[in-house]
Parts: sequence; structure tokens; C-alpha cells
Amino acid sequence: MAYVIQGETGDWELVIGLEIHAQVTSKSKLFSGAATDFGAEPNTQVSLVDAAMPGMLPVINEKCVEQAVRTGLGLKAQINLTSVFARKNYFYADLPQGYQISQFEFPIVGEGEVILDMPDGSTRSVGIERLHLEQDAGKSMHDQHPSKSFIDLNRAGVCLMEIVSKPDMRSPEEAAAYVTKVRSILRYLGSCDGNMAEGSLRADANVSVRKAGEPYRTRAEIKNVNSIRFLQQAIEFEARRQIDVYEEGGTVVQETRLWDSVKGETRSMRSKEMAHDYRYFPDPDLLPLVLTQVFVDDIKATLPELPDEKKERFIKDYSLSTYDAGVLVAEQANADFFEAVAKGRDPKLACNWVMGDFAAAQNKQSRSIDNPVVTAANLGGLVDLIADNTISGRIAKEVFELMVETGKAPAEIVEEKGLKQVTDTGAIESAIDAVLAANPDKVADFKGGKDKLFGFFVGQVMKNTGGKANPALVNDILKAKLS
Amino acid sequence: MTKLTNLTMADARKALAAKEFTAVELVDAHIKQAEKAKPLNAFVTETFDLAREQAKASDVRIAKGEAGAMEGLPIGMKDLFCTEGVRTTACSKILSNFVPPYESTVSGNLKKAGAVTIGKTALDEFAMGSSNMTSAFGNVENPWKRKSDPSVKLVPGGSSGGSASAIASRSVMAATGTDTGGSIRQPAAFCGIVGIKPTYGRCSRWGVVAFASSLDQAGPMTRSVRDAAIMLGAMAGHDPKDSTSAPMPVPNFEAALTGDIRGLKVGIPKEYRPDGLSAEVQALWDNGIAMLKDAGATPVEISLPHTKYALATYYIIAPAECSSNLARYDGLRYGVRVEGKTLDEMYSKSRAAGFGKEVRRRILVGTYVLSAGYYDAYYAKAQKVRRLIADDFAKAFQTVDVILTPTAPSAAFGMGETDDNPVTMWLNDVFTIPTSMAGLPGLSLPGGLSADGLPLGLQLIGRPFDEETVLRVADVMEKAVGFNALPAFVEV
Repeated sequence: MAYVIQGETGDWELVIGLEIHAQVTSKSKLFSGAATDFGAEPNTQVSLVDAAMPGMLPVINEKCVEQAVRTGLGLKAQINLTSVFARKNYFYADLPQGYQISQFEFPIVGEGEVILDMPDGSTRSVGIERLHLEQDAGKSMHDQHPSKSFIDLNRAGVCLMEIVSKPDMRSPEEAAAYVTKVRSILRYLGSCDGNMAEGSLRADANVSVRKAGEPYRTRAEIKNVNSIRFLQQAIEFEARRQIDVYEEGGTVVQETRLWDSVKGETRSMRSKEMAHDYRYFPDPDLLPLVLTQVFVDDIKATLPELPDEKKERFIKDYSLSTYDAGVLVAEQANADFFEAVAKGRDPKLACNWVMGDFAAAQNKQSRSIDNPVVTAANLGGLVDLIADNTISGRIAKEVFELMVETGKAPAEIVEEKGLKQVTDTGAIESAIDAVLAANPDKVADFKGGKDKLFGFFVGQVMKNTGGKANPALVNDILKAKLS
Repeated sequence: MTKLTNLTMADARKALAAKEFTAVELVDAHIKQAEKAKPLNAFVTETFDLAREQAKASDVRIAKGEAGAMEGLPIGMKDLFCTEGVRTTACSKILSNFVPPYESTVSGNLKKAGAVTIGKTALDEFAMGSSNMTSAFGNVENPWKRKSDPSVKLVPGGSSGGSASAIASRSVMAATGTDTGGSIRQPAAFCGIVGIKPTYGRCSRWGVVAFASSLDQAGPMTRSVRDAAIMLGAMAGHDPKDSTSAPMPVPNFEAALTGDIRGLKVGIPKEYRPDGLSAEVQALWDNGIAMLKDAGATPVEISLPHTKYALATYYIIAPAECSSNLARYDGLRYGVRVEGKTLDEMYSKSRAAGFGKEVRRRILVGTYVLSAGYYDAYYAKAQKVRRLIADDFAKAFQTVDVILTPTAPSAAFGMGETDDNPVTMWLNDVFTIPTSMAGLPGLSLPGGLSADGLPLGLQLIGRPFDEETVLRVADVMEKAVGFNALPAFVEV
């Protein structure tokens, strides 16, 4: 069912387009050799070019170009073999050149597509309008001095990819799913670390509302959103605000609005008279960026399996549900971990363990997949012990706890603790005989029709064998003895 | 023996190798002359002590047989080239306190070749001007005088007027220039020297204060064609730090001076005879054509039909790029700052105090032509016309090997003789601008004297990266002209 917001004048539909600014993973900046490490001392990663000293010239970083092409391919997008860098002119203290080198008319990547995995297992397609390369600005710090602002140019000139979607999203959830999916693709590709808290992934939302069947109405752009949760909140707030404006007889103005996460609201960022005329023109310091098809093809050949393909394969090869496959592939490391556990084993059992007890233990300890509570090899070993009837599923949970605690291999734990499942029919038979002999009244009741007592006998047998008796054998022998 | 200050670099180099004098003596002689010529105001910053040190080092290298191509030769460095540890002003107040912590590629190349810089030469502020009267450090004077009235102070041309004046006054043997629309060639013509704007991309722009990036090009200014060939070889070369620098080998330009131009076709563009072109300049040009004919070349009339749009187009593209290039001078990180209550106020005050009138005019024009709603009508259209101008030349070069034109429509004018209309001043570059728009090499050499005793220049234009043919023809013309007049200022 389509997402709508009920207003006084009826139902309203949302129209959302997103601009994602993704910091390109590269050792040096887009047009200079300065380093890009996060968290360095202010103004320690600034070259003469970044500081816009007289006579300094930009030189394109090939690695950044490669990352943009790689990302474009990952977004199933058109790669433009010729693209042009343009200057976006405006004055600000953290913009040393007085212009940002960006791409305007001719971006490096054109139209593409992203498939969203919705929580209910359904999918939706969102169009990519373009991806272009641009320089980041520096950072203004207004809280360091009572009357002065300080400037940190470490970030100035760092390479960003601006990924612009088409206005194809219709709910805050879709917007969230879009950012999640794009981030997942970027991480698979290794072109951006996707860290929103450190600012290496930022999303601006273009939001408008309309009545069903109407053309697009005026949109507002929301900036300063640094988490997916806030993105959803900001879109919801902004949609509601616009509906209120319309329903009170007003008009929505096209403007940039800032998200205030403390107050949970968007507010107008700059007034109309401050509107910028960026005076874009092709940067005469740079020649058009011309790529060869071979360059693109070489990158294509090194693309990893991306989430959508991996998901398909997991469903096909491992017979996983769409939901399970979707969860597992969202992070490449998770998918790799799963595959290491599942390889040559029962995939459903492996999936249950990875997404069940293992995921729970990871969460409890706030671990990342790079630092798992148990290794994939050991978790696989545990699955093996279950599969070959060495231990039961119940004992396996106990073994898993001990694996987390001690880091030991499951076979070792089973050996040490004597948890090996009893499959010797003789031993099980005598344990059953002992239980039946100790409970003659219950045996009589059972035979008198109290079927439910079967479970009691099983429980007693398991208890007396320390849980090690093979449950299937216990069932079979007990049935035979009681009949 | 010829005075040390009247030697060409080619001759001085031989004499240094033959130990006829030392680099220290050569440099000292020029410093002495520069001190004498101080009233011309050709230098913004003198680096005499540094030069003497360098000359000593040159003598050591010469003694060891390790001399570079310009070892021990005293030159001037246009104050647009950033020089490590030496103030670099672009003749603007806004950079009056700027000492670069880096050396431009071209000045570094010259240093490596052994050239000794005795000072930073003056220019029009940010290279914007044709008279050297827009400098924040005072006007530069041309050492030449009118026969009719030697009391009139003449301009040296611009923007590389300080370099031209210093060379003509024998304060240096050569100097660097930069040329955006004629800034090497027009002052060379006004001061009776040789100047070549190489093909765009031949010399690195790294470390050269930018005016209009798609047009700016560094080149040598000298007193002979051979010297220009020597110096261009030392300046040029691919620089990975400049994305517009051409990845091409540097030929041995001196070897191109064979003296033989037989069979060459010389284009004579009919559009370069505008109404009102003085009879004197016309005659000079015809004389040049005759000399080339005598040397065995064939003059061919050619048409460059879009020439008439070049000036207007240039005054859209150059200001547009300048308006963006000069945005970095905001008083924040270096240069002059005037405090304000807000950031915007600080910008306004710093830039108003730091930039002169002509620079402000061009920033305003450039900002206007790039504005929303005007971009297509001005900048986008200008780029298209620029292409047509380049196509004119490309077509002409299918039939001719080199093109001959006058360099400037007149001889050097007197300070204050032009009216207040900046366009009159801009017209000075009418013959040089089309070459710049097309990125082609253009050389100016003295073609003779005006009736009033002032030098007049002839311009040779070549195919892209064919400076060799331009130099070869210029060398032949130079011999034919036999220009040996000296400015009033210079004693023989």
C-alpha cells in the first residue's frame, strides 16, 4: 500500500530525491597530493594547491577517477568517456580558491539504477540521475574563540562523489532503504567507507508533496542530515510542514533547509537575497577528462560480486529466503562470514546459526564482523558436529556459549566436557528402562491414555543422560518400549 | 671590446666559456647598469646580493665545465613568477607582502640552467594592461625617446613592460615575460627587442600568478632571436604539475636557426589592414614582406575572417577567467587583509584596498559575463567564436608555414596620452590577441624605427608547437632588418 500522509484536505503523497555526497576512499585529495586521513590535527593535511596559493594548479588524482568509474559501474550506470570539470564560484572562508572544482554540464557518470530491498522483502527501483566528482570544502569552526572563526583546511580538496537520484522515492522508508543500499554498494566497491558519523557519507533530501496524480510541486532541499534515522525524521517533518503550508493557503518556496536534530525540525538556511549565482564555467586549468573504454573495461573486470547478485546467488545456491539473503548480503563481511560457515555444509543450518546465536552474541558484545566472537571455521565446525549427530542442537547452544567464552574449537569443548551425543542404543535402552522402572504409576497413566506423558519420559531420559542422548533414538526406543 | 651590457647572451656565453670575463663581472656590470637605469622603475624588487652569490656559483660551475645553457647570464624575472623566498607581488597591493615558499617551474628551470636573476621586473597589475601604468608600484618608463620631443615619458608597453624596459636599457640580457593577449609581444615591439609567446602548453604555468588560465603563457624576452631560442629551450618542457602543459619534447631551438627559409610560404592576412592603420606601420609590414621574398620565401595572401571578433571575444574570456582566478585573493591566508565586522565586510574591504582600478574593472566584467542569464549570450558564445578564430588559423596553415603581421598598431605612446576610455588601450592588442585565442606561437622582433625614432615590431605566427619555423624566419628577418638602433638611454 502506498505511503500517504493524511491532511485536512485529503491524502498527500511524498516525492523524494536524494543527493548523496560520498567521500572517495583515496590516499590523497582529488587535485593535490595531500593526505586525507580523518581526525588529523587541523591544517596538517594541506598542500599549496589546497590553500590556493598564487599560481598553484590542480592535477587530477587518477585513483579518484577510477573510484568514480567503479562506483558508476556498481550503480549500473552510463560511464561518460568524456567529462568536464567546472568551477562553482562562491566566497566562503573555508573555500580557499573562491570556487569549488566540480562537474556541471558533463558528469563522469550518467543514468543508472539502484534496487531497494524493503523490510517486507519486496524490492523497488530508484533511478540514478548522475554521479559527478567534486572537491570538498574545509571546515569552519565557530566555537573556538569568542569573536573569531577558525578554519581547518584538512578536508579542503578531498574528493567527493555526488550521487544524485531521480525523484523516485515515495516514503521516508524508501529514502532510508536507498541510502542503506547505496552505502552497501559503495562499501562492496571499496569506493567510500560510508561512515556517516565521520561525515564521509552525507545525504541531502529534496522533498515535495502532492496530491495523487498531480505533477511535481515545489521542493525544498534538506541539508545537515548525518544519520539514516535523522533522514527519515527530517523527511517526515518536512513533508508535514509543507502540507501545513498548503492547507493553510500558503505556498512552499524552493529553498535550502537545515535539519536540527535536537529540535527535530527543518529550518530555512538562507534567505532569498543571499541566493548564490555560482557562475559555473569549465575549469581552464584542467583539460576535459577523457577515458578510454579499456580503462573502464579493466575496472569492470575487477568489480566484486555486488549485493544484488550475491543475494540472487544465495537464494539460488543456498536456498535461503529472500529476507535472509537480503540481511546477509547487506554487509560484504557478513556475507563472506556466512559463506565461510556455509561452504560444504547445510546452508539453512549455517544461516540459522549466523543470523541467530552468532548475531545475538555479536550484538551483545557490540562486535564488528572483522572481530567475530567465534571464527567462521569454528562456527562451521559446530554446524558439522550437529550435522553428523555428534551433538544435538540443544547441546550445540551450550557448546557455542563455551566457544564464545574460551575461544576453543567446538570439537575440543565437546571432548573436554564429554558432551558427545550418546548413540549407543544399549546405553539409551538402559537409561529408558531405569526411568520407566522409577515411574511405574506414570507408565500406567500413559498406557491409560495420557499421551502427553511421553514428553515427560523423554525429558527424564535426557536429564539422566546429561542431555547427551540422541533425541531421535530416545524417541524411537521409548515408543517401542511403551507400546 | 663591446661593453658587457651590450652583448647578446649567445656571445656572452662563448666569452664566459673562453674565460674572457667572469660571470661575476658580467652580473656586476648589469647590476651597475640597473642602478643607473633605476629611474625607469623596471624592477619591483632587486635581488642584487642574491645575484652576486649565484654568479660566483656560476663561475665555479663554468670552471668545472658544468655550465648550464644560461650559466652566469643576468636576467630579469617578471614579478608574476613565484620565486622561493623572494617577494612576488604581481604588481598588486594585495600581494605586496607575499613571499612564496615555492619556486615556479619556469623560474626553477632557468635557475637550473644557470641563469642569474638580478631582480623581479614590473608589470601591469596581475598582467592586466598594455602600458605598465596599472602597476601598484608606479609606472615603468620606456628607455626610448621620441626624436621630436625627448621630454615625453613613453610607456614600455605591457604587461611585461618592466622586463622589456630592463632589457632595452641593458640592465639585464634577457627577461621572462608572460603573454595572455600580447603581453610579451607588444612591449617587445615598443622597446625594440625580441619576445616570443610560445604555443600554449609549451611552458609550465605552475607557480605563475594566474590571470586567464586558458591564455596565459610564459616566454622569453631578449635582444636577439638566437637568445630567444636559447632561453626558450631553458624555460620550456612538460610539467606534470600543470595539466595544460604539453607532454612534448623540447627541440633544440637554436639548431632551427639555419638561415634558410627558401620555399617557405608566408601568410599575409588581409584582415590585418584595418582602416586607420598608420602608413608607417603599413610600410614596415610591406618592407618585412619584401625581405622574406628576397630570402626566398613566398608571400601568400590569406584570410582570417573572424579576426574582427577576436578583441571582443578576448575581453569576455579573459575577464571571466580572471574573475574566478582572483577570487583567492581574499585576505584570509596571505596578502593584504583589511579587517571587517563580518566575513563579507572583510572580503569587500580587503579586495577594495588590494586591487587597482583596471583589475576591479575586469573582475566586474568577468563576473557579469558568467552570471546566470548572461552566460550563454557572452561566455558560451565567446568560446564558440574562439573556436572559429582557431579554425581560421588552422585553415590558413594548410597552405602557409608562417604568418607575418605587425605586432602593434603604433609605436610606444606617451604616459597619459591615451584617453580615459579603456577600450582605446585594449585596441593595442588587436594584432596579438587572435594568436593568443588560438594558442599559437607568436614572436615579435624589431622591424625598424618610426619616423619619430621609435622601434616598431613585426609579428611572426606559427603552427602549434612549431616555434622552430617561427624562430628560423625571425632569425633571417633579424639579419635582413639589421636593427642596431639604441635607446637614448644607453651609452655604447
